[in-house]
Amino acid sequence: MTSFRLAKGGLIDRNSALNFKFDGRSFTGHPGDTLASALIANGVHLMGRSFKYHRPRGVISAGASEPNALVELREGGAKEANTRATVIELYDGLAARSQNRWPSLDFDIGALNSLASSMFVAGFYYKTFMWPKSFWEKIYEPIIRKAAGLGTASREADPDKYEKSYAHCDMLVIGSGPTGLMAALAAARSGGRVILADEGSVLGGSLLFETEEIGGVAGYDWAQGVLAELGSMPNVTLLPRTTIFGWYDGNVFGAVERVNDHVLAPPPYEPRQRYWRIIAGHAVLAAGAEERPIVFGGNDIPGVMLASAMRVYANRYGAAAGQSVVVFTNNDSGYRTARNMLAHGVHVEAVVDSRPDAKAGAGSVQVLRGRMIAAVGGGKGVTGVELSGGTHIACGTVAMSGGWSPIVNLACQRGAKPKWDAAILGFVPPDVGPNFTAAGSAAGRMLLSECLADGATKGTLKGKAPAVPKCRDEAFAISPLWWVKESRGKAFVDYQNDSTAKDLPLAAREGYRDIELAKRYTTAGMATDQGKLGNVNAIAILAQATGRSMDQVGTTSFRPFYTPVAFGAFAGPFTGHHFQPVRKTPLHDWAEERGAVFVETGLWMRSSWFPKEGEGWLASASREVKATRGGVGICDVSTLGKIDIQGDDAGLFLDRLYCNTFSTLGLGKARYGLMLREDGIVFDDGTTSRLAEDHYVMTTTTANAAKVMAHVEFAHQVLWPELDVTYVSVTEQWAQMALAGPKSRATLRKIVDGLILSDETVPYLAAKEITILGGIPARLFRISFSGEHAYELAVPADYGNLVARALCQAGAEFGIVPYGVEALSIMRVEKGHVAGGELNGTVTAADLGLAKMMSAKKDYIGRMMAGREGLIDASRQCVVGIRPVDKADRIKSGAHILKIGDRPSMTNDQGYVSSVAWSPMLNMWIGLALVANGRARLGETVRVWDGLRGTDVAGEICDPVHFDRENRRLHA
Amino acid sequence: MKYSVFSLLKNTLSGHKNWAPAWREPEPRREYDIVIVGGGGHGLATAYYLAKEHGLKNIAVLEKGWLGSGNIGRNTTIIRSNYLLPGNNPFYEFSMKLWENLEQDFNFNAMVSQRGVLNLCHSDAQRDAFARRGNGMRIDGVDAELLDAHDVKEMYPFFDYKNARFPIKGGLLQRRGGTVRHDAVAWGYARGADGRGVDIIQNCEVTGIRIENGKVLGVDTNRGHIACKKLGLAAAGNSSEVAAMAGLKLPIESHVLQAFVSEGLKPYIDGVVTFGAGHFYVSQSDKGGLVFGGDIDGYNSYARRGNLPMVEHVVEAGVAMIPSLSRVRVLRSWGGIMDMSMDGSPIIDKTHIDGLYLNAGWCYGGFKATPASGWCFAHTIARDEPHRLSAAFRLDRFRRGYMIDEKGQGATPNLH
Amino acid sequence: MLIPCPHCGTRPVEEFTFLGDASVARPASNDPASMEQWFEYVYLRSNPKGRFDEYVQHSGGCRSWLVISRDTDSHEVFGCVMAKDYNRKRKGAKP
Repeated sequence: MTSFRLAKGGLIDRNSALNFKFDGRSFTGHPGDTLASALIANGVHLMGRSFKYHRPRGVISAGASEPNALVELREGGAKEANTRATVIELYDGLAARSQNRWPSLDFDIGALNSLASSMFVAGFYYKTFMWPKSFWEKIYEPIIRKAAGLGTASREADPDKYEKSYAHCDMLVIGSGPTGLMAALAAARSGGRVILADEGSVLGGSLLFETEEIGGVAGYDWAQGVLAELGSMPNVTLLPRTTIFGWYDGNVFGAVERVNDHVLAPPPYEPRQRYWRIIAGHAVLAAGAEERPIVFGGNDIPGVMLASAMRVYANRYGAAAGQSVVVFTNNDSGYRTARNMLAHGVHVEAVVDSRPDAKAGAGSVQVLRGRMIAAVGGGKGVTGVELSGGTHIACGTVAMSGGWSPIVNLACQRGAKPKWDAAILGFVPPDVGPNFTAAGSAAGRMLLSECLADGATKGTLKGKAPAVPKCRDEAFAISPLWWVKESRGKAFVDYQNDSTAKDLPLAAREGYRDIELAKRYTTAGMATDQGKLGNVNAIAILAQATGRSMDQVGTTSFRPFYTPVAFGAFAGPFTGHHFQPVRKTPLHDWAEERGAVFVETGLWMRSSWFPKEGEGWLASASREVKATRGGVGICDVSTLGKIDIQGDDAGLFLDRLYCNTFSTLGLGKARYGLMLREDGIVFDDGTTSRLAEDHYVMTTTTANAAKVMAHVEFAHQVLWPELDVTYVSVTEQWAQMALAGPKSRATLRKIVDGLILSDETVPYLAAKEITILGGIPARLFRISFSGEHAYELAVPADYGNLVARALCQAGAEFGIVPYGVEALSIMRVEKGHVAGGELNGTVTAADLGLAKMMSAKKDYIGRMMAGREGLIDASRQCVVGIRPVDKADRIKSGAHILKIGDRPSMTNDQGYVSSVAWSPMLNMWIGLALVANGRARLGETVRVWDGLRGTDVAGEICDPVHFDRENRRLHA
Repeated sequence: MKYSVFSLLKNTLSGHKNWAPAWREPEPRREYDIVIVGGGGHGLATAYYLAKEHGLKNIAVLEKGWLGSGNIGRNTTIIRSNYLLPGNNPFYEFSMKLWENLEQDFNFNAMVSQRGVLNLCHSDAQRDAFARRGNGMRIDGVDAELLDAHDVKEMYPFFDYKNARFPIKGGLLQRRGGTVRHDAVAWGYARGADGRGVDIIQNCEVTGIRIENGKVLGVDTNRGHIACKKLGLAAAGNSSEVAAMAGLKLPIESHVLQAFVSEGLKPYIDGVVTFGAGHFYVSQSDKGGLVFGGDIDGYNSYARRGNLPMVEHVVEAGVAMIPSLSRVRVLRSWGGIMDMSMDGSPIIDKTHIDGLYLNAGWCYGGFKATPASGWCFAHTIARDEPHRLSAAFRLDRFRRGYMIDEKGQGATPNLH
Repeated sequence: MLIPCPHCGTRPVEEFTFLGDASVARPASNDPASMEQWFEYVYLRSNPKGRFDEYVQHSGGCRSWLVISRDTDSHEVFGCVMAKDYNRKRKGAKP
C-alpha cells in the first residue's frame, strides 16, 4: 500500500497512531484525522456507491456537504447508517463499512443498473411498472424498495444517552472562520454574552487549512490567539463540534453538540450528543461558503474532488489526494490548490481554466485558458482527463472549482429567499432583519479583509468595532461555467441521487419547469446533502434549458435541518420508560403493599386489581366486587380532578359552568353535576360539594381534570371576569378514597373523631369537613359510584397511605378488601353509570338520559347550542343497557348493534356497545350501549354483531341499571 | 402520448428528446364555464373528473404557485379508510377504491402501495374504541383486523416491548391502507385533466371574487379577470382567505402541521404505523426515507414551517415507539397549512351564492381523500347538488347540529 | 416562537395553549332569536393571514388567559395582554 501521507504539515499528531477498519481492512491514521483523510492518506479513494447506478464514488468534499463517502459506523445498537466519512473524527478502534453495495464495494452487482441507465432517466418510473396491475406491489415495488435506500439502520435500541440544554445569549456566532472569530471577538469585547458555535471538531474554520497570513502571522496562529482571548472571557461560551441546524421564530436556534462522537463510546454518565435550544438576542451567520463542483463527464470518478477539499486534505491533514493533479476551475480560487499542492511536492499537471481571459496563475504550472474537461478517464480511480478539443492529460486526481455558494441556509429557513449575485455567481442571503445577519463569505464577501471587517462590524453589540488586523487578499474573479456541454459520459449534478445534466432539460421539456417541480421530478437536491453541492448547478442548467435567469428560476425552499440530526438528540432523555413522567397517587404505597397491579391511565398509575395468589384479573376483580357488595371495599379515587372554588359568586359561577344548578345547593351537601361544552355536547361530570356559603369543591373525571381546570379559568378570566370567584386545582393536595359496601359505615365509624355516623348526621349526599384518627383533617362525602352505601373520604395527600391503612385495619373484622379500577368499572356498569366509554365528546345530556338536568332558568355554557335540531333528533343514539339473551354468551365492547334479520351494513347499523363487564352479581356479561332511539326500544332483541372478532350473539336492550334498580343498597 | 414500457423504450432509443410535455402552460382565457381555485390534489382531481366523468370541457384550474405546491406536495402520503363515523366511512372507502384503480385510470404510476396501516393501542379504552371503529369499518365492507400485542410484535419485533412507558396492547390494522407517491398524484391528475382540455394555469393568484345579485361572475387574478359560470374553491389551508373574497366566514382555522423525512435507509419498516401514546406516525418511502409526522403546532398559521417544541415532541414519541430510531438521522422538516374545521371533518358543498362551490376543511386528512373529494366535488359542481357520498359534508351541519366529530373534541379545531 | 407573558416574561411557545380567534364574543342573550349570533360565536372564525388577536392560556406558567397579537404568516408577536384587560378595553370602545 502506498502512503499518501505528506512528509510534513497538517494538524495531526504524527507521534500517535490510531488503528481503524474500513470494510474489514485494517489501517492506521493519526489523531486529528477524519476517516476520509485517513483513508486518503492510505491511498483509498473508493468509499461508496451511488444511489441509482451504483457508481463507484470517492470523497468530493472535506466536510458536511459530502454526498458520496457515506458509511455505516459502529456496531449493534450504536450503528449509524449514512455517516459522512468526511466528518467522522478518527478514533482508535473505529470500524466502518461501505454501504449500498453487494457483494462488495469493489464489485457491486447493482452497477449493472448503469447498463440500462439510458432508460433510467428522470421520472422513468412514473411512466411504467403499471401493467399488469398486480405486479406493482408484488414484484416491481419490492425490488425497488430493496435496491433503494442507502445504509442499513440497526433494529436494536441505542445504548447511548442524550441531553437537552437551553441557552440564552446576546450574540450567537455561527461559524468560527475569520469572520466568525472577528464577530465573536467584537461581541465579547462589547460585553455581551456570546456563544460561538462551529460544526468542526476544532474551531478555526477555513483558517485550519488556508495559508494566508493575518496580522503578520499565519492565519492559524492568529486564530489561536483570538480563541485564547475568547476562552479566557467569562461571558463567552465556545461550542466546537456543534452544528446550528435550524433557525426558528423568536430568534431561537436549534443545535446539536457532538459531545462524544469522536470516541469509541461515551465515558460513563456522559451523553453522546447534546441538543441545544439557543435563544439569541442577535446572531451572526458566519458559516462561510461552499465550493461548487463543475458538471462534466466523469465528474464523479473517485479522485475527482473539490479544489478546496484537496487543500483541506493536504494542508490540514497532511494527506495528498494523489501524486498528480489537474485543476479545473472557472475562478481564481482553484489556483490556490495548484500552488498548495505544488508546495507539498505533488505534481500539478495543469490548471484548466474555462476563462479565456483568466489572469491568475500558479507559478510554473501550465495554465490552459479557455479549456474545459470533457471527460475523465478511469473507473474506480482517475487515470487522466480529456479536454474539450481533444487534449489528453494523464493524472491521478482532479481538483475542481465551479465557484462558491454562500451558505445561506439558516437565513432562508423561515421563508425568505436568497438573491442571486451576478458578481460572485452565488445566491446571497436575504435581509431577514437586524437580529440575524450574515457576514463574511456567507454574505458573499469573497476577500479575507472584507470578511474580517464584516465580522467585526456585525459582531459589535455596542460601542466601536474592534480594530481589524491586516491581511493580504487573494484576488477573486469568476466567469460562469456550469456544465461542460461537450461532456462525454455522465455528468452529475446531484451525485448521491445520480441526477445528471441531461435530467433537468428533460424535466423542463416534460413541463416540470418550476425549480420545485424539476427537483421533485429529477430528485436533484433531495439526497442527504440536500443539494448543498448541486443545487446551484441544477438551477443554472434549468435556467439555460428554459431561457430564464438564475433569479427567475430561484432556489427551492431551504428547510431545517442544515445537516441531518439524530432522532436521539431531539428525544434527549425522554426515552423508554422516561418518555413521559409517571404520576403516582398519594395511596400508591398502600396499594403496592396490597399487591396491586397498576395500569397506565394518562400519566397516572392506578391500582387496577389486587390479585391473590394465582388469580387473574377477572377472578380478582370479581372477588373484589363481591366482597365490597357483601361487606366493605376501599378504592383509591385520588386521580379524580379536584378544583377548589371560592368567592361570593362561586355559586353563580358554577351555575354557568354546569347545566344544572349549584347556587341552591345546601351547605354541607354534594350534588352530581353535568358540564357541557359551548357546542351543547357533554364535556364532563362529577360531584361538586358546598363546604361553606362561598366555598365549593368540584370533582372532575380523571381524564378531563386538566381540561376542566383550563375551562374554569377561561370561563372566569375571559367570559365573566366580573364574578368574585377564585379557584385552584387541588387534585394533588388531597388523597381520596371510596369506602363502599354495607359495612362501610361501621368501618368508617372507627376512625372518625367525635361524630356519630348515621343517616341523620351524614345523610346521602352529605359533604362534611371532619377530623379522623385524632385530628387529621378530612372531608367526608356520602356519595356512591358503586351503588352501595358508600363514602368518599379525602385527606391531605401526605396522610393518604396512613388513613388507607387505618381503614383497612378498621375494616378487617368486616373482611374489607381493596378494590381497583376493574372492580370499580364492573360496579359502575352494573349500576348503569356512564364513564369514558359513553362520555366520548359526541353525546348530549339527553343521550345519557339526563335531559332533565338541563336548567331552563339560567344561562350556562352549552345551553343554546344544545337546542339545535341535530342534537335533539329522536333518532340519536342514546345510552341503554345491553345483555346477552343467552347468559352464557359474551358481548364485547365495540360490537355493533343490528336489528334481528338485518344484514350488517352501515345503513342498518343501530349503534354500538360502549362498555362491558362481567357481573359477578348477575353471573353474566352486561354492558352499556349507545343505540338509535334506544330508550324507546327497551326489551327489543337485537344482534350484537362483532365481525372484527367473529361473534354475533342475540342481545336484549334493557335499562342501563342492571343491578339493584331500586337503589335499595344505596340507602341501606 | 400514453405512458408504458413501450413508450419508454421508444423514447430511450431517441435519447428522450421526444417526450411530450405532461401538460401545457396555457395563457388564461377570458372566460370559462368552470373555474377551480387551487391547483393542488383536490382541485386537479375535481377538474379531471369534471372532464372525464361529466364530459365538461371549458374548465380552468388556477394555481397561485406551481402545480401541486400545496398540501399534495407536502403531506406524509398515507391512504386509508379506517374511519369511525357513518358520515365519513363510505366516502373514504370510495376514495380507497379509486386509489386502487387510479394509475391505470390516469396512466401515471403514482406508486399506490397497500402495505397496511396499523394504529397501535396502549389501553383497554383505546382497544375498545378500535373495536368500535373496526366493526364500523367491517359493517361497511371495509377490511379491518384487531391485533393483540403478540400479533403486533410478530409484525414489528423492533418496537419497544420491554421498557415502554405505555406498553403496546394491540392495534387496528387495515391491510388495504398504505402510501402513494404524493407528487405523482398531482402530476397524474394534471396530465389527465390537461389531456382532456382543462387549462391548468400556474402562477395565477386569485385576488378577488366578483359576485352580482347573489351570483358568481368570475375571479380577479394577477393575470387579469377571468369570467366563469361556476366557481369551485379548493384552496385547502387558504380556504378562509379565498372564501373571504366572497364574503364568507368559514368554520375553519388554518394551522401548520410539520412533517419530516429521515435519511434514506434500506427497508426498515414495511407499512404505516401510528403510535397510540403520543403524536407519531411513520412509513418508509420507496426511496428509503422514513416519512413521519405528529401533531399540528397548535396555533393559527399560514407559514409553511413550524417550531422546535413540536419537533421534539414528535421525535420523542418516535423513539418511545421504536428505540432503534435513536441513531437514525432526520434529514428535513417542513410544514403544510391545514384547513382545520370545527368538527374535524370536511366540507364539500354549494354555498348560498349561486355558482359558488366550496371544498375545504380537510384538516390533515386531505391527501387520502383526494380522488373521492375530486369525484364528489365535480359531481356537486356539475349537478348543482351534493353527491350521495359527501352528503354529510354539508356546510350547514354546524348550524343544524349534525357534526361529524371523530375525535369528540367539539368546536376546537386544533384538537381534531 | 417566544411569547411575552405579562406575568412571567418571555417564555417558549410550548408553555402556552392556543384557543384562537379573540374577535368573537359570547352573546349575552339566551333568546332563540339570537341563535345566529351563537352559531357565529361557536363555529365561525376569522382566520386571517396576517395580524391576528387570539386567546392563549399560559397553561405551563401562571395559567392566565391572555390575548396575543401575532402575525399568522411571519409568526411575529406584537403584544400580549391579559384577556380580561383586552375584553374590558374592547367593551369600553363600543358605545
